[in-house]
Amino acid sequence: MTVADLGILRDVTVDADGTVIATLTPTYSGCPATAMIEAMVASALREAGYTTARVETRLSPAWTTDWITEEGRDKLRDYGIAPPVAHSPDPDALFAEPRVACPRCESTATEQLAAFGSTPCKAQYRCTQCHEPFDYFKCHRQFG
Amino acid sequence: MASALYNTLVAWADDQLVLGHRLSEWTGKAHVLEEELALANMGLDLIGQARNLYQYAAEVENGGRSEDDLAYLRGEREYRNLLMLERPNTDFAHTMLRQFYYAAFMQRFWEALTGSRDERLAAIAAKAVVELQYHRRHSAEWVIRLGDGTAESAARMADAVDTLHRYTGEMFDTNADLQALIDDGIATDPAALRAEWEADVRSVFERATIAWPDQEPPIQRGGRNGIHTEFLGLLLAEMQSLHRAHPGQTW
Repeated sequence: MTVADLGILRDVTVDADGTVIATLTPTYSGCPATAMIEAMVASALREAGYTTARVETRLSPAWTTDWITEEGRDKLRDYGIAPPVAHSPDPDALFAEPRVACPRCESTATEQLAAFGSTPCKAQYRCTQCHEPFDYFKCHRQFG
Repeated sequence: MASALYNTLVAWADDQLVLGHRLSEWTGKAHVLEEELALANMGLDLIGQARNLYQYAAEVENGGRSEDDLAYLRGEREYRNLLMLERPNTDFAHTMLRQFYYAAFMQRFWEALTGSRDERLAAIAAKAVVELQYHRRHSAEWVIRLGDGTAESAARMADAVDTLHRYTGEMFDTNADLQALIDDGIATDPAALRAEWEADVRSVFERATIAWPDQEPPIQRGGRNGIHTEFLGLLLAEMQSLHRAHPGQTW
């Protein structure tokens, strides 16, 4: 899994004097991993020999899970995390959970255990077929 | 003199930080682990939104202060948050009702701000609105579960309505700074969102079998002018103690 797979890496450019600029966008406003990801990208660039490289942050347009690549979705599933469901129900409707396929047995006989999980971007689900609990990567996009 | 934009950004940042801190106080105390994670995650979103607003305010002020200076080195009278948000958590019913009152407003407020002429503010709002969708849903569902739950949970929710409803009016107030931004197309008039907010809250109350207060209680206000309840000073004393003991320290 890479930051490009997750849609966090928006752009890499080289300016006139040869400086490499990597542009990242944060996922959730309060995601604690944001600063860590920036530091790791900066350090990867330095280690690759781009000593003057810098990392910039871009807020707009806002990150959405629609930017997770097909490959990224496959990797999430392989890791045991169900990727965002493209057609989630109306986000304002109450007690309406998206139908999420179990990343292990592919059954859609699943239920939500909790709307929030170990990180802001995930919810906790359980498969009623294979009985495994799993994380669901929540759909994140502005509707309407 | 500080600009209208700076003052308003700080007031909004104070809202998110104070409520985010209140939610963090649930850590280690919630009735189930899942709810503890939910409260911590919502708090994290709010503190992230506060940081985005403080960072922008610090740039607008251009006086060498950082986001940490604004959060940790201003006193009670300099804080401009809504009174409702500084109230103690009390119990889970109070916490969830406050969250719902606020999220049902802020989801709409951030959505309106995505159309701001100020691009930075519009970008901050576009991130926040998606987060608030989850806050509103989660808290609305709990208001319904508790209001339409056991005799005990219903009584606690009724008590929460009795205590908190009078604080909701302050969300829709405008002051001279905010009015200047509204006139410039930078901010939205919160009063314009009141009817939609009330319709949302009334429909959730109906499902929760909670009675809408038949007499609107007098509005409790003052936070936007730095006149707070006795609860904010204690919150700030705890939140700011580490930074004041070790000024300038970072992780």
